[in-house]
Amino acid sequence: MNAVELHKISKTYDKGKLRAVHEVSFKVKKGELFGLIGSDGAGKTSLFRILTTVLLADSGSATVAGFDVVKDYQQIRNRVGYMPGKFSLYQDLTIKENLEFFAAIFGTTIDENYELIKDIYDQIKPFSDRRAGKLSGGMKQKLALCCALIHKPEVLLLDEPTTGVDVVSRKEFWAMLKALKEKGITILVSTPYMDEANLCERIALIQNGEIMSVDTPENIIKSFPTTLFAAKSENIYKLLNDFRSDAKVDSCYAFGEFLHITLKENGGSDIEDLKEFAAQKGHNDIFIQQITPGIEDSFIRLMQEKTQKPTH
Amino acid sequence: MFGLPVVQIILFGFALTNEVKNIEIIILDNAKDINSRQIINKIKASSYFQIQESVLNYNDIEKTFKKGNVKCALIFPAHFGDDLLHLGKAQVQIIADGSDPNIAKTVVNYLTAIIVDYQQLIAPSPALSYRIIPETRMLYNEEGNGSLNFIPGVMALVLMIVCTTLTSVAVVKEKELGTMEVLLVSPFKPVFVLIAKAIPYLLLSMINVIMILLLAVYLLDVQIKGNVFLLFFESVLFIITCLSLGLMISNITNSQQTAMLLSMMGMMLPTLIFTGFLFPLENMPLPFQIISHIIPARWYFIIVKAVMLKGLGFKYVWKETLILTGMTVVLLGIALKNFKIRLQ
Repeated sequence: MNAVELHKISKTYDKGKLRAVHEVSFKVKKGELFGLIGSDGAGKTSLFRILTTVLLADSGSATVAGFDVVKDYQQIRNRVGYMPGKFSLYQDLTIKENLEFFAAIFGTTIDENYELIKDIYDQIKPFSDRRAGKLSGGMKQKLALCCALIHKPEVLLLDEPTTGVDVVSRKEFWAMLKALKEKGITILVSTPYMDEANLCERIALIQNGEIMSVDTPENIIKSFPTTLFAAKSENIYKLLNDFRSDAKVDSCYAFGEFLHITLKENGGSDIEDLKEFAAQKGHNDIFIQQITPGIEDSFIRLMQEKTQKPTH
Repeated sequence: MFGLPVVQIILFGFALTNEVKNIEIIILDNAKDINSRQIINKIKASSYFQIQESVLNYNDIEKTFKKGNVKCALIFPAHFGDDLLHLGKAQVQIIADGSDPNIAKTVVNYLTAIIVDYQQLIAPSPALSYRIIPETRMLYNEEGNGSLNFIPGVMALVLMIVCTTLTSVAVVKEKELGTMEVLLVSPFKPVFVLIAKAIPYLLLSMINVIMILLLAVYLLDVQIKGNVFLLFFESVLFIITCLSLGLMISNITNSQQTAMLLSMMGMMLPTLIFTGFLFPLENMPLPFQIISHIIPARWYFIIVKAVMLKGLGFKYVWKETLILTGMTVVLLGIALKNFKIRLQ
């Protein structure tokens, strides 16, 4: 049985004017750490709300922990742990009070499932008398995770848990998710950060409310259809424009301090050809190298394919 | 935006007047002679009074007062006309319902004016005049203490505003802050949320009632004539009604601001106007009188006046109690029905 299943889920806002998600289908296996990767406004939060039963989809069906999101919504609500994208705990309650409150409404106690939250809770325990509203971003997220875990959920739904959190806390947070996965909890997590995609077992790339690809991060990278080059010169902005004017170049975009380039056709002397082209345009300190693509390259490539051949 | 000034102009222009008309009066005529009949006819002719019924004996007067509609009674002693003609002076007794001192005073003034007018009419000459001496009694409130009227009114107003406003933000606040989203994804039942929201305010408001009563008794010298526990029970019932109203507002609105405005502005004005403690309800145009029936404070005001000032028991206020209970059930039902188990 799959922990989460979506079948052609669509959702619009403003009476159909604003499309949030369109015919989204994917499956999350039991015990999996599944990532939903997409930029802001891609439809991730809408999907989470549909899966947590607080929002009704326009069409399509979905199940969480084997229960239908419309018919058996209460069963799902009893069984999942949910962390919304926006911090949603009681700001005027302390860490401890928040935890006690959520334990109480789920009819359990902190002690009963302490084992599950111990590693996370230990990190915020020194501040347990501080009000939730006064916590730093990282601590807020740790507390929210504790509250979502307090009733030992079967499925954990985390909507952008690392957005607005510093790099160190993000790392810690992902380590926690790994540890929770080991304990057998299915985790569906969304993030706009491509570098976090590699930390998931499988990922779904989502853009403009549509799923572009569902696979393991390795397979998605492997399925990158062409050779990728990284280029650099003195004047990187001019280099970008020059390469874009080159008929042989398929795509060229800035990526950190480099340009990432793909060619329409690959031959034996691509690097030399590119170097020569750049030199002709008057660039100095030219550096070009073949590289292995990352998730972001795959993402950009999939996005471009989508826009080049509109589906409808 | 434009509704409020229009409503206020209409309300204050038409409905709200301190003038009392169509006062229901009962007359006990022990004399049954020409002079007493002439006075009765004068009263009948006046647009201020409506003679309700003629009672036969003194004991019936208090019974009629307890029913609540009759505001005053006029009593002629036996031999009224004889006394007037032979002794040159006679007495009449005016009994007014002092639980509403403002109306009572106005009524007494009207009656006295009619009597004085009659006295001048029958005077044979300016030098030789008959004197009719009205003896006035304020029933339930011998001194005409003004606090008597406003204590029940203030209780109704304060509880209405405080309870409604406090709870009106309770649920909508969770929606606004986003805590509703996580609260929804849990095993809780909507009805428990409503109960949980109401209980703290119920306790606080009960303390409020006790405070108001203590102040009324020890600072303003208002006697609680009826059963204190009955008064307290009715107050708790009224508090629950107001809390239900607040919860209903909270469930149908989407922001704390709207909820606040609705409960403060939306409740303050109708409560002030339609409860009956500032402006007599009897004189309002019929539509306003009908509207006043849906204001919970109106019924509570009647109950408090009956229990606190008149010392009446439960059997005189069971109807009002039933109405408040009914309102509570309906309001809670609407609140529960409008509790959104999903986000919009």
